[in-house]
Amino acid sequence: MIQAQALTKKYAHTVAVDQISFDVAKGQIVGFLGPNGAGKTTTMRMLTCFLPPSAGTATVAGFDVLEQPLEVKKRIGYLPETPPIYPEMETAEYLKFVGSLKGLSGADLQKRVDYACERCAVVDVKTKLLGKLSKGYRQRVGLAQAIIHNPDVLILDEPTAGLDPKQINETRDLIKSLAGDHTIILSTHILPEVEQTCEQVIIINKGKLVATDSVRNLQARARGAESVVVEIAGRNGNLEAGIVKQKLEQISGVSRVSSKGQEHGRAFFEVESHKGRFVRGDLARAVVEAGWDLNELRPAAMSLEEVFLQLTGSEAAADMGQMGKEEKQ
Amino acid sequence: MRNAWIICRKELGSYFVSPVAYLLLTMFGLIFGFFFWNALGYFVIEGMQMQMRGQSFPMNLNEQIIRPLLSNVSVIGLFFIPMITMRLFAEEKRTGTIELLVTSPIRDLEIIVGKWLAALILYSCLLLFTALNFAFLFKYGNPDWKPLAIGYLGLLLQAGALLAIGTFISTLTKNQIIAGAATFGVCLLLWVLEWVSGYETTTWASVLAYMSVITHFESFGRGVLDSKDAVFYLTVIFLGLFFTARSMESLRWRS
Repeated sequence: MIQAQALTKKYAHTVAVDQISFDVAKGQIVGFLGPNGAGKTTTMRMLTCFLPPSAGTATVAGFDVLEQPLEVKKRIGYLPETPPIYPEMETAEYLKFVGSLKGLSGADLQKRVDYACERCAVVDVKTKLLGKLSKGYRQRVGLAQAIIHNPDVLILDEPTAGLDPKQINETRDLIKSLAGDHTIILSTHILPEVEQTCEQVIIINKGKLVATDSVRNLQARARGAESVVVEIAGRNGNLEAGIVKQKLEQISGVSRVSSKGQEHGRAFFEVESHKGRFVRGDLARAVVEAGWDLNELRPAAMSLEEVFLQLTGSEAAADMGQMGKEEKQ
Repeated sequence: MRNAWIICRKELGSYFVSPVAYLLLTMFGLIFGFFFWNALGYFVIEGMQMQMRGQSFPMNLNEQIIRPLLSNVSVIGLFFIPMITMRLFAEEKRTGTIELLVTSPIRDLEIIVGKWLAALILYSCLLLFTALNFAFLFKYGNPDWKPLAIGYLGLLLQAGALLAIGTFISTLTKNQIIAGAATFGVCLLLWVLEWVSGYETTTWASVLAYMSVITHFESFGRGVLDSKDAVFYLTVIFLGLFFTARSMESLRWRS
């Protein structure tokens, strides 16, 4: 559905997007992942014909973005980072305006407006001024605007940015439900979002393509060895971390135990196991049999974050990990 | 051109939903009303004085009221035009809605013409106020309507030219104030350019004077339809919109 070949965007002094190539098949949800300033928005703007590429080509539904921009634009629904709304317009009036811009008219237009309102759950604010809507509603009106002409391709730039957790979940569900009818590209700097919504990931960093693969493959790549974080407490408030560490190392399948600190009779460890061995059951049993309490036992890191670390270098990944955690809270 | 009309309707909606249009209409109505009242007052006094002296010079509504008032309107217009055009593109650039317009399947030219047309329609609404005042002249006197019609045509052409320039300036910045101030400066300059013809007769002076939008209005004000002046205004309209299109294009290559 979408093909980019050596897509490049140069500004006066910088290269924002450097020879990116990728393919997106029909009906897929693709996550465009990268830290802030990686070139996600620029790439999307080139796909939507907002910016012309400096070099390389991109085609959407078989039409070149430079040669036949009008045909491309007819087939794309685009939600920029800030929803492009006119504060002085009412929701339904705005959707009608956008619909007619996209070439709809008459009864067809009315039908699509109703459909988009229903689909994006903005029916109850149909006659409200857009300027008075909350951020979550604005985002949904933005989505409604993008699907109004039933485009083949939806391009969504950070669709969940600035929403509260409940709204984020609603927006994600909405995007997932749209996937059947449309091919969707969404950009984000939030890792869990990709894991939860997308089938395919395109990772870019500093304008360069770092990886493009399915989410499952990327996770598998990271899951060479499992690692878990455990928190262990002694019964009477005293605990010898050294002894615990020895005990943990003796469990079969464990390859490495590293101590992560100790306080008030509690000790934290990160336990890595050999590839393909799941040691959590044995670990729990060993701790309890030794007479300690097992306070916590969880997988160490979000798997995609690890991939990111491998792919983009620690700086960007640390940045992203931070984002992911903030967003999860 | 269906798309241009869609844009135009949306722009008119924005003007008339916000206080902008009403503020401009009120101010224009007040200012012009005052001018009209003054002109009429002088006319009446002059008429009475002539009667008292026993002279009977012909009094002419067209010459003594309509013509000076029309050139007043053309000057008042200079002050209102920046306020009409300053938001056209600057606002869309600031709020990011320009991305919606540019990624919709319509041509740049349709966006530009739509916006310019909306500005021209709002200006025509301002002119309607002057028509209200002139209507009294027709009720109590009998002025000739043809020169008045040609005067209005001139006003519209002149406004179209200045609005096109304002539209162009609005594409250059995200800041409405800057767009408005720059447009006002240019309008003012185009008005006073003709002053050089008062003391200079060299070629450059006549070129400068020719560029002044006011000189080209004189014939329209007299009720004479001079194709030379009409062509001047149409050329400025064309150039203004052409530069707007180029500016929108460069916006994309640069941004």
